[in-house]
Amino acid sequence: MRSKRVVYVPNETSAVSLGANEVAEAIADKTDAVIVRNGSRGMCWLEPMVEVVVGAERIAYGPVTPEDVDGLIESDFLNGGKHDLLLGPTEEIPYLKNQDRWTFQRCGLINPLDLAAYLEHGGFSGLTHALESGPRGVLEQVKKSGLRGRGGAGFPTGIKWQTVADAKADQKYVTCNADEGDSGTFSDRMLMEGDPLTLIEGMIIAGFAVGASRGYVYLRSEYPLTRDIFEKALKVARAGGWLGDDIQGSGFDFDIDLHLGAGSYVCGEETAMLESLEGKAGVIRYKPPLPAVEGLFGKPTVVNNVITLASVPNIIAMSGDRYAEHGVDRSKGTLAFQLAGNVRRGGLVEKAFGVSLRNLIEDFGGGTASGRPIRAVQVGGPLGAYVPAAQLDILLDYEKFAEIGAMIGHGGIVVFDDTVDMAAQARFAMEFCAIESCGKCTPCRIGAVRGVEVIDRIIANENREANLDLLDELCDTMIDGSLCAMGGMTPFPVRSAVKYFPEDFMPPAGDNK
Amino acid sequence: MPAKYDAQIATQIINNFGAKPELLVQILHAFIERYSYISEEAVRQIAYELNISRADVHGVVSFYHDFRTTPPGNRVVKICQAESCQAMGSRELTAYAEKTLGVAMNQTRDDGEVTLEPVYCLGNCACSPAVMIDNKVYGRVDTGRFADLLEKHGGA
Ligand SMILES: Cc1cc2nc3c(=O)[nH]c(=O)nc-3n(C[C@H](O)[C@H](O)[C@H](O)COP(=O)(O)O)c2cc1C
Ligand code: SF4
Ligand code: FES
Repeated sequence: MRSKRVVYVPNETSAVSLGANEVAEAIADKTDAVIVRNGSRGMCWLEPMVEVVVGAERIAYGPVTPEDVDGLIESDFLNGGKHDLLLGPTEEIPYLKNQDRWTFQRCGLINPLDLAAYLEHGGFSGLTHALESGPRGVLEQVKKSGLRGRGGAGFPTGIKWQTVADAKADQKYVTCNADEGDSGTFSDRMLMEGDPLTLIEGMIIAGFAVGASRGYVYLRSEYPLTRDIFEKALKVARAGGWLGDDIQGSGFDFDIDLHLGAGSYVCGEETAMLESLEGKAGVIRYKPPLPAVEGLFGKPTVVNNVITLASVPNIIAMSGDRYAEHGVDRSKGTLAFQLAGNVRRGGLVEKAFGVSLRNLIEDFGGGTASGRPIRAVQVGGPLGAYVPAAQLDILLDYEKFAEIGAMIGHGGIVVFDDTVDMAAQARFAMEFCAIESCGKCTPCRIGAVRGVEVIDRIIANENREANLDLLDELCDTMIDGSLCAMGGMTPFPVRSAVKYFPEDFMPPAGDNK
Repeated sequence: MPAKYDAQIATQIINNFGAKPELLVQILHAFIERYSYISEEAVRQIAYELNISRADVHGVVSFYHDFRTTPPGNRVVKICQAESCQAMGSRELTAYAEKTLGVAMNQTRDDGEVTLEPVYCLGNCACSPAVMIDNKVYGRVDTGRFADLLEKHGGA
């Protein structure tokens, strides 16, 4: 008797949003295959992507709808049979093959809640190593790696951790920022759904390095499936002795609580996140004191993004020096870029820094989904500048982006084709700021509302020149007078729209008021 | 169906969180899960049991988009309004939804059947436009698929 076939069907938001649960049910109903619910390989345009284990290989089919299942069975897909949806061996798909999968090495490969599979694929080797080398050894490796925060600001992680480690306090905290509010970003979500134990491992290592015994994950409420999977992962880790008291007999105690955000973009800013974790409204705090000195409940606190923390286990396992061999200048290692918007092959691409925007959008992404020319690309979320198509050759490097007034941020890349109305995009930037402002400073709270009005007048062609000047002044006021990047950077997308796409702010032809 | 307000159960929910004021945001989420909105009664009870002022509770409730203070419709339809979905036609989808549902953004229809709300990113940006209906996320939602999904969730 032949042994049962193993079929992987992702249990991941994008795949499920396109019918993965129904596909899994149909395969379970109609075959005797063993179904494993994995994370996503990040090739979202192929979701739901089904993989069958044939010999030593995994053969992929996608995108599969429940209606395709009968045809797949007829084509003997359980043995890798030919079918229109056959993609071949997963690892050979160029999109995946041409990546540098480090932080996402296990994502999509395993059942995220299977501790044995995690261990088998190198999981917890970073932590084991860390526990052996001691807090100082960990700090040294993280510094050597050159790792910078993946949440947006790009602050060196090793320095942040050292500050918390040096602080004297009866209690310290490690907090993980999983608020992932930027449009065009989903890497935090994908990692937490596909390989949550890696984040848990990274947080434990952070706690060990700085001397903290408690961790919090602040997850946006818009991610219900992520919450479900991550809650289960915490239980799996505790049951296996990898979380809680005396982790693996090391004498080190660390546990993690999951908290939900409540639909506020600004709560992704670290001090607002801490306020929210304390049960309050997410109003930004003045800095200093830095959270590393006085953070959660006034105690020294590490605040790091999901991907920052999830990069650490691999760094410790491979050594900081080796991690730093990849990337460019002061942008070391890899970033999980996310291709979104009007792009043919949307998904997650983990690549060493230094890759060009064009390479990502055209070679990986395959250009626009509509087939029309690219006109603008917004990188780094709603506070990031719009990059015109003429500048696609720019390399992804924190400093290079800063030079052109743009930012990499959390690595979200949103593509727009030539039908985009850039005045509408500029207006939205101001509108979003008005909706999400925490209200603490006037330039942001009132300025954004004025910004919408002024852009409306420009669009209506009322005193165009004067209003364009006014918009420029308003942007200066917001940049100079805002306490955080919400008000302080909203002018970036606005100004880039005016600068690179002035024609969109001109009166329609024939209208010469 | 959301449950009818019950002071005893409300106390239980609050106690599940150790009646700690620092867990107020999490407690409010638990109230939303059970009752679907935060009533005046709930505010009063939460304030009393956490030993904080009603103004404190109000301040938190009003800050966060998730904590609605009026009952939503039987179905809650959220359409992503953020940039990636804009690039794939969310503005047109929104106009279509407002028309077919007969309700404007941020409103509940008079018959109480449906609430239409904006959401700013569901993390499904590689499959834009994204929509959430009754807490389930959908991707690549054009107008045809939107109509099918409504059908699946009990009709327009
Ligand atoms: C308005 C605003 C929103 C932000 N949203 C997020 C977010 O969703 N996730 C995140 O990790 N960082 C976000 N940040 C950046 C955080 O303030 C902070 O820099 C980061 O969490 C630090 O972690 P890292 O050093 O690992 O990047 C945001 C910042 C601002 C100003
Ligand atoms: S810039 Fe805006 S969001 Fe930031 S502190 Fe000021 S009012 Fe709050
Ligand atoms: S921008 Fe719509 S799902 Fe992210």
